[in-house]
Amino acid sequence: MGMTMTQKILAAHAGLPEVHAGDLIEAKLDIVLGNDVTTPVAVNAFEKAGFTEVFDNEKIVIALDHYTPCKDIKSAELCKTARDFARKHNITHLYDVGTVGIEHALLPEQGIVGPGDCIIGADSHTCTYGALGAFSTGVGSTDMAAGMASGLNWFKVPSAVKVELTGKLQPYVSGKDVILHLIGEIGVDGALYQSLEFTGEGVSELSMDDRFTIANMAIEAGGKNGIFPVDEKTMEYIKDRFTREPVVFEADEDAEYAKVVKIDLSELKPTVSLPHLPSNTKTAEEVAGLHIDQVVIGSCTNGRISDLRSAASILKGNKVADGVRCIVIPATQEIYMQCLEEGLLKIFIESGCVVSAPTCGPCLGGHMGVMAAGERAVTTTNRNFVGRMGHTESEVILASPAVAAASAVAGCVAVPGTGR
Amino acid sequence: MMKGKVWKFGDNVDTDVIIPARYLNAPEPSELAKHCMEDIDSSFAGTVQQGDIMVGGWNFGCGSSREHAPVAISASGISCVIAASFARIFYRNSINIGFPILECPEASAAIQAGDVVSVDTKTGVVKDETTGETFQAKPFPPFIEKIIEKGGLLPYLLDNQQADNKHK
Repeated sequence: MGMTMTQKILAAHAGLPEVHAGDLIEAKLDIVLGNDVTTPVAVNAFEKAGFTEVFDNEKIVIALDHYTPCKDIKSAELCKTARDFARKHNITHLYDVGTVGIEHALLPEQGIVGPGDCIIGADSHTCTYGALGAFSTGVGSTDMAAGMASGLNWFKVPSAVKVELTGKLQPYVSGKDVILHLIGEIGVDGALYQSLEFTGEGVSELSMDDRFTIANMAIEAGGKNGIFPVDEKTMEYIKDRFTREPVVFEADEDAEYAKVVKIDLSELKPTVSLPHLPSNTKTAEEVAGLHIDQVVIGSCTNGRISDLRSAASILKGNKVADGVRCIVIPATQEIYMQCLEEGLLKIFIESGCVVSAPTCGPCLGGHMGVMAAGERAVTTTNRNFVGRMGHTESEVILASPAVAAASAVAGCVAVPGTGR
Repeated sequence: MMKGKVWKFGDNVDTDVIIPARYLNAPEPSELAKHCMEDIDSSFAGTVQQGDIMVGGWNFGCGSSREHAPVAISASGISCVIAASFARIFYRNSINIGFPILECPEASAAIQAGDVVSVDTKTGVVKDETTGETFQAKPFPPFIEKIIEKGGLLPYLLDNQQADNKHK
């Protein structure tokens, strides 16, 4: 019996000729990641357990992206703990205010992660790097501490859900609509403990930014990881970024899948997830007209340049509706600079948006856009749980940058490209 | 063997309601415990008793990777969580910090809030002392049992490193 793409990467990193779903293995890690929320807890665990050395100072990444620039004294203390640890252990990849971006946009952009890698990150959206053909999964702080100490971690080899993509996306439909649609189909535990392996001719129609968005939200279906095959677009993306040798893995033809889901990209419409679960999906058209108070365009899911171009194309020459606050957050400094050079910042500011420095801030109700009771937002983020963006009686509707921008202009949930 | 009163919650209990992100800037267990579950049951943190047991539905602990979630539950006094299924990062995190969790759909469906339940984590036997019903949870694989026995992943790793060094 053959192996899935994920299983092949895990086998290679465990030094085994083959692995099977359910096997418990110990795998070598290429990158261990943490942020300002999870790293301090990992540092504490690392030191309390009595470890004194990291396994490799060039394979650990600490990105202070959640509460930065620090929103209060407590978060400043957390950042200091992480920063001091990074300096003490001479961690090459410390990203602080001025260089930091939202981690899951930053690592691929900086060429830190690439095809064939085995990566853990103490952040659930670490699954994003599957877009590059890597095995990458979110873990907790103790896992991060163990990874930093040993360069190894334990994994239960996952079975897989195969997602076969065909066709081509319609205008104003993007990777976000693909993943929201999929989560709506299979549910928030539809891929629990499993890999989501994306295949089919439709993959080549998806931009890298679309693939990052799709892999990013694998966790919202309960998935251990999401993964895309490596193709010309992947190689083009990593060229001039990734300096290690990429290792390309392909699923065996006789690989076994627990389930197969087929999606015709050409049939998808702009899709939203209503409160309070990402699986609570509707087409934007079905709920058009729902009043909103806030729009957030950014996050590790949708803060990349093509997301901001898409939003800007809709905001250009228009105004954010009265009574709506529209917050735009380029995910990294490089993307911020691109927005500047392409004139997107001007479009955002002229239309009445506020543009923030890179931060996860509002996505988790941290800062930069926390909501009051009774308020509702359309956001390009990834979770719409109770209280996610502020008060427990506030509501989050998940959507693509195009839907979010159209909604900002309309003052209610709107369908991009239709004037509604 | 553990025995305690049950706090019952539904399906898809997410890490944002277990411990909201607004409290993650103070990660000390005692601080986290003060706000545990407050967005779905504001009475929980003030009334939970040491040794009580939490019962959840499907996909318990879904959402973020924050280890603060099992830490908050454990620090609140809860001795063990029983659920129909667990989200995978919550599952790993609980094992890694040596906090007992049991997967048992039958127990999750039958046990009611306020019941007194006893749990043997070694055998996986769950008994609802209020109704007399017993349930069998899935046992842990031996490797995971070892981690829990050692009190978590890091003590387990240290033990292994020390054992390796002795062989060298």
